[in-house]
Amino acid sequence: MRERTRVSISFELNGTHRHLEVDAHRTLLSVLRDQLGTLDVKEGCDEGVCGTCTVLLDGRPVSSCLVLAARLDGARVTTMAGLSADGRPHPLQEAFVRHGAVQCGFCTPGMVLTAYAYLRQHPAATREELRRALAGNLCRCTGYAKILDAVEAYAREVSLGR
Amino acid sequence: MGPRPFRYERATSVAEAVERLRRGGPGAKVLAGGQSLVPMMNLRLVEPERVVDINDLPLAHLRREDGVLVLGALVRHHTLEESEDVRALCPLLSEAAAWVGNARVRSLGTLGGSLAHADPAAELPMASLALDAELVLEGPEGRRTVQAPEFFRGSLATALEPAELVTEVRVPVREPGEGWAVEEFALRYGDFALVAAAARVRLDRDGRVAHARVALAGVGATPVRARGAEDRLTGELPDPDRVEGAARAAAEGVEPESDPHASAGYRRHLTYVLTRRALERALNRAREGGLL
Repeated sequence: MRERTRVSISFELNGTHRHLEVDAHRTLLSVLRDQLGTLDVKEGCDEGVCGTCTVLLDGRPVSSCLVLAARLDGARVTTMAGLSADGRPHPLQEAFVRHGAVQCGFCTPGMVLTAYAYLRQHPAATREELRRALAGNLCRCTGYAKILDAVEAYAREVSLGR
Repeated sequence: MGPRPFRYERATSVAEAVERLRRGGPGAKVLAGGQSLVPMMNLRLVEPERVVDINDLPLAHLRREDGVLVLGALVRHHTLEESEDVRALCPLLSEAAAWVGNARVRSLGTLGGSLAHADPAAELPMASLALDAELVLEGPEGRRTVQAPEFFRGSLATALEPAELVTEVRVPVREPGEGWAVEEFALRYGDFALVAAAARVRLDRDGRVAHARVALAGVGATPVRARGAEDRLTGELPDPDRVEGAARAAAEGVEPESDPHASAGYRRHLTYVLTRRALERALNRAREGGLL
């Protein structure tokens, strides 16, 4: 039987169709950063606990370090850059800036994507629910309060129809 | 760092997966949701020669067969958590799934994968005991059924034979008058439990306990049934003293070990507290007719 160490995949990255060959043992994180230069995805712990490499896979948050790229065929991948339109930051990103929720910025893409995905499903989430939703994303700078402020403010804008 | 190179094989049927695993021998690993396997490969704790990807197998089904909810092994945690069918027919499973890891783990992790991985602190193996789940396994010798208590053999060790897969999980549909609850304590929300408890109780028309199941995680090499607690409740009126005694019996019945996160004594104390809380909530739901 032929060894399958290379796999050909077609998927959508931030609205753009991509077709490429990947090593079967590469993770989605490695393909995004090293092969495609998608540097808004950050590499943290490599074991799925820190949340910095979060991307949306078919709309759901995943640790890109724990997804084999070989599984991507036919999938839709969204990174934080994929949330912005016409070169303008997404309103959730703007809320992060407004509330000082960004210090070193390393956790920011994962925080934004996790909050975005959660609020799409739970637009009326309370602060306590948001705390739990973001619990898997670690931040070593902010102490989380300003991140929660930003996400909560954005959630209120959305629920008010903005 | 990422995993070491391996040979990647994608199976499209259970028979093909079993054959590929058989041919691959001990160097072959099953990839389902990958939320335990891939971290271990990234850390180079596991270095498989071949990875057999089973995500394309038709095992993501949910179906009701009389009094049984049949779940394919590839049903993901988020489905257990959110599916209206699972929430209505087997709410204990939904409540347990909501405690698993974080949202990213629940997006991809699978029911069959969690059971086959058999982490002693994991929620779904514990839930399978509280639910009297039946596991359907398929391997080179064909198909067989194993009851949850016989499936878990040790820490990360199960009754699975080489080249055998978990393909289905069968749990009883909630009966009228049945209440349920899952309680957990972890260092941080989303971490593995220090101790977790799941309770399922059914009251008869006189308010006596007709049926009780209590299962615990984090207190030994496998998830365990707290039979002492179950025996103290069955046939009795579950007044606060009775519940207190059952929770004490659960704590006396476990032999947890100390590790850097918690001492054996603390785990025993958590067993008491969490069992009591789980029983109280389960009984309240049972008294309300077991409605959501």
